[in-house]
Amino acid sequence: MRLGSGTFAACCVAIEVLGVAVFLRGFFPAPVRSSSGTEPRAEPPAPEPSAGASSNWTKLPPPLFSKAVIVLIDALRDDFVFGSKGVKFMPYLTYLVEKGASHSYVAEAKPPTVTMPRIKALMTGSLPGFVDVVRNFNSPAVLEDNVLRQAKAAGKRIIFYGDETWLKLFPKHFVDYDGTTSFFVSDYTEVDNNVTRHLDTVLGREDWDVLILHYLGLDHIGHVSGPDSPLIGRKLSEMDGVLMKIHTSLLSKERGMLLPSLLVLCGDHGMSETGSHGASSIEEVNTPLIFISSAFERKAGGIRHPKHVQQTDLAATLAIGLGLPIPKNSVGSLLFPVVEGKPMREQLRFLHLNAAQLSKLLQENVPLYKKDPGFEQFKMSERLHGNWIKLYLEESSSEVLSHLGAKVLRQYLEALETLSLSLRRQVAPYDTYSMAVGIALVLEVLMLLLLSIPKALCSKAELEVPLSSPFFSLLFYLAFLALSAIHVIVCTSAESSCYFCSVSWLMAGGMMMLMSLLLCAVVSAFTKTSVTMKLSSKTLAHCGSRWSELDLLILSGTVGHVLSLGASSFIEEEHQTWYFLVNTLCLALCQELYSNYFLGADSDSPVEQGLGTAAPALPFTSHRSDVSECDRVHPASAFEMLRDYEKWMVLASPWAVLTCCRLLRSLNQTGVQWAHRPDLGHWLTSSDHKAELSILAAVSLIMIFVLVQRRCSPISRAALALGLVGVYCYRAAIGNVLLPWQPDSKAISKGVVEARFVYIFVLGILFTGTKDLLKSQVAAADCGIQARCLWEVHSGLVLLAALLFRPHNLPVLVFSLLVQALMTKFIWRPLKHDAAEVTMMHYWFGQAFFYFQGNSNNIATVDVSAGFVGLDSYVEIPAVSLTAFATYTGPILWASHLVNYLRSETNSSSSALRHACFCYALMGSVPVGAYIILVTSLRYHLFIWSVFAPKLLYEGMHLFITAALCIFFTAMDQTKLMKS
Amino acid sequence: MVGGSILSLPSAGWRVRHPRNTMKETDIKRLLYVHLLCIFSVILSIFIPSFFLENFSVLETHLTWLCICSAFVTAINLVLYLTVKPNASSKRSSLTHKVSRFLKCCFYILMSCFSFHVIFVLYGAPLIELVLETFLFAVLLSTFTTVPCLCLLGPNIKAWLRVFSRNGVTSIWENSLQITTISSFVGTWLGALPIPLDWERPWQVWPISCTLGATFGYVAGLVISPLWIYWNRKRLTYKNN
Repeated sequence: MRLGSGTFAACCVAIEVLGVAVFLRGFFPAPVRSSSGTEPRAEPPAPEPSAGASSNWTKLPPPLFSKAVIVLIDALRDDFVFGSKGVKFMPYLTYLVEKGASHSYVAEAKPPTVTMPRIKALMTGSLPGFVDVVRNFNSPAVLEDNVLRQAKAAGKRIIFYGDETWLKLFPKHFVDYDGTTSFFVSDYTEVDNNVTRHLDTVLGREDWDVLILHYLGLDHIGHVSGPDSPLIGRKLSEMDGVLMKIHTSLLSKERGMLLPSLLVLCGDHGMSETGSHGASSIEEVNTPLIFISSAFERKAGGIRHPKHVQQTDLAATLAIGLGLPIPKNSVGSLLFPVVEGKPMREQLRFLHLNAAQLSKLLQENVPLYKKDPGFEQFKMSERLHGNWIKLYLEESSSEVLSHLGAKVLRQYLEALETLSLSLRRQVAPYDTYSMAVGIALVLEVLMLLLLSIPKALCSKAELEVPLSSPFFSLLFYLAFLALSAIHVIVCTSAESSCYFCSVSWLMAGGMMMLMSLLLCAVVSAFTKTSVTMKLSSKTLAHCGSRWSELDLLILSGTVGHVLSLGASSFIEEEHQTWYFLVNTLCLALCQELYSNYFLGADSDSPVEQGLGTAAPALPFTSHRSDVSECDRVHPASAFEMLRDYEKWMVLASPWAVLTCCRLLRSLNQTGVQWAHRPDLGHWLTSSDHKAELSILAAVSLIMIFVLVQRRCSPISRAALALGLVGVYCYRAAIGNVLLPWQPDSKAISKGVVEARFVYIFVLGILFTGTKDLLKSQVAAADCGIQARCLWEVHSGLVLLAALLFRPHNLPVLVFSLLVQALMTKFIWRPLKHDAAEVTMMHYWFGQAFFYFQGNSNNIATVDVSAGFVGLDSYVEIPAVSLTAFATYTGPILWASHLVNYLRSETNSSSSALRHACFCYALMGSVPVGAYIILVTSLRYHLFIWSVFAPKLLYEGMHLFITAALCIFFTAMDQTKLMKS
Repeated sequence: MVGGSILSLPSAGWRVRHPRNTMKETDIKRLLYVHLLCIFSVILSIFIPSFFLENFSVLETHLTWLCICSAFVTAINLVLYLTVKPNASSKRSSLTHKVSRFLKCCFYILMSCFSFHVIFVLYGAPLIELVLETFLFAVLLSTFTTVPCLCLLGPNIKAWLRVFSRNGVTSIWENSLQITTISSFVGTWLGALPIPLDWERPWQVWPISCTLGATFGYVAGLVISPLWIYWNRKRLTYKNN
């Protein structure tokens, strides 16, 4: 079967998406979850085990503490409390830790060491992974079972002051709250004063049970000046004062109460040596966890080395302490010293509740849970516990009871540890088989694409794809048999759950078939290429020498980018790579342009010396006499056709593009190392500069109209204008910008009406564009109409992007349109680049604009708010697709411009679009293929979850977008074929 | 024009040394010595100042080193090109012409410094902070690229463009100029790569890695170009010499 190279590439990328999906499913293990849903159903607690005799203690044990105060200090590293800094700056706390009634631990936080997942881990006891971040993308509220929800259900009143993340995570959980934003990192006094100012009143009040304080100042100091800054000490002293105040107030109030109160001090994550966090270095992971209560025994001597525990243990301990059910998904174990003071029966009861919850979670997540040592230990200790209860109810001698009780206790603690460990490990292992299948599929496709480069980029752009012959080849059947055998062996012997084994046999068989088919195709392509290589080795060498500097640059840039993905810093700062490459590309184009301009395309004969002396050093001051002389020398030059000011523009355009890129670079600082630098985006979005932002947005929208309208039909021009006005109204309605006649917007709405108004125009423009396009094919209209229709589709996408972009990002859109126009008119058209080169340049610019928008390889920079534009509530499909579009606007708009350019410029060569599609597919799939292998080999790297895994998600999504774009390209190509 | 094209296609029985060929070899020898002196000047700029200045080191007192290195390289270049005179074709001219030529050269150097500075800023160098560092880096790169160009080709943009376009070189001097200039640029370009890495080394600070890259590129170009020309001396044919 003969296929156009575009169609072929689109098919390849589609298969690659499948492969990447399988790989991702294997790479990101499904998190440990209780299957009993997210509904807050009141499940009866596990009854006390008893052997024979009836123990009717089926209710939850009563709380141990009447009040609990949780003081969370952001980025509190363990050595700030237990190290020399703690001794120096936190004397009260050090006293409490060493001599007071307290239990102190070093709690280990799991990466990503970022505030939100850590808060979730502290309150739910589960380990929020990356899949979790993606799944709960649009609903920041914690849906899982957690301590706060249980407390609320039990009628406890919770008060919260501090980081507003809590308010997003736990909406409507607090009877009283005051959120502070962590947005202004340079402020480290106000954020904490905003919390502390409530202390006096709230400590005087009696109407609360749980008080949560989240102090942000320390984290801000870390971000700004690092962990060795003198500000840290001052902040720690301040925190010590706060703790003393709370502790003394709690102690003074305790006299009138039955139960003691509890003060918990914890940190959500640590602080690296540079003051940042997010990764998994020891400094970032270790945080202090201190329980202070008069219920505990006073310690005689100081213990300087606290025990290491997990951060997730807090949820279980807190739940027990407050007499609440343990959150269902908690993988933590009870910190036993906290309940040590209670009678033996209660202690055992607590441990039993915790162990029963963990074993239930294990049962729901591990099919072979019965073989788990933790489960066995649990069953044994439960039996022993039952015996103990029997003896207890029979009122045996206290010595026997305590002896046996201690034994049961030990057994339980061991069981808890093993259970917790195996549950935590449950998250860890990779599903190697699915990963291998995914890698194999992706690599086969990649090989096929690479091997078919010479054929696909020849002038005919057609490939012979042998689809029927493999069915008769021995290799196909052998490969199929071998793969199926492997599948059967792996799946029958698998101990851990494997995703690819759990799909239906039919589907697995289909995948096997696809893989062996691809293998056959690769082998046949390989033999073919090697044969042709041998035949035409001479001509190929000749081809190699014909490469221009630009081709070399593009090739080396692509290879360099792929190689750079192996280093975590280069992934974190990938935007720098793209900016750098795009700049170099512009300079290379500039060089090509100038040497073409001044010397002509065939510069074999050197130009007269006298001509050059008049030429100035800088392009901006080029003389007209020079230009005319130049033209006289090379009458065939493409610059002949241009008018005078256009010639001037040709010389200036690379610099204009470079300037645009530089301006955009300072709009959004992304990445990690320089992300905290001040940028224009933050300056504009701060509430003081609303007027400037409004002006900028209005000017940008006008510029968008000016740049887009020139090639539209009158109707869509009007629609575009109205749509852009609607965009401004939408932004004014949700309070981002000001309207001149309403300087102070009174009511901030969700702007649903305005946004839907714009959507109507977007859909209208897209619809009429597509309709005209189809009609022009049937009626065999001329190319001008087709180009106009395509442009209308492009303008519809631009309008949608204008709606979804935040107002400070609108210049990105303007500059993207501007750069496209400049490059088309003054660079690509005069220099007559071929389709492949133009495609790769578009790809690079698309990538650069992806980062200009403020994206990075960190999940946190995805602008989720784009998914809510024009929607009343969260609706999954539109929200996800709108967010995806808003995130990948740069690549999408550049690809759409590519189609426009190729259709309007290269009418003569029919293969341009196919070449473009093939190149685009290749450019998109080479990094993915390489990255998948890299990630697999680096899967035990320290930064795998903090750096490499998010990038993998981005790459997967990017490949998906690329596949969609390739299909779009192919569709355009097909319509063209129909016409011809 | 001094000589015709040097066509040295090796034919089978051609054993006699062609006079053009010997001239070429003496030229290559001269080129090698000139380049060795240039390399020597770069090395001197590292070691000499520590005798006069306290606490001098390339990394810590980077700006001083930048100035000294630029000065050394410029001086050596000027002296060498004045003594060797590779472009002997320049005819005798009046004093005013010489003065205007000199002024033009100064203007070109200044302009090249400024335009390099602009390009660095376009590449993402900070606009306001570290201006002096960026500018001195531009000066250094100018001394590695513009100064030799001016020495060899004079203030003549056309000739520059010709030398740096494909098949445009007309002598081994221009060829070596092309190689050293391109390798300085490539060195600078490669020098920017380690900046985002999180090794936290002192030389990763802007613009140290780039200046070091430029210097290494320049030195590498100086080493490579005579060797390359020597190896390819049979193949190289220069028109219009």
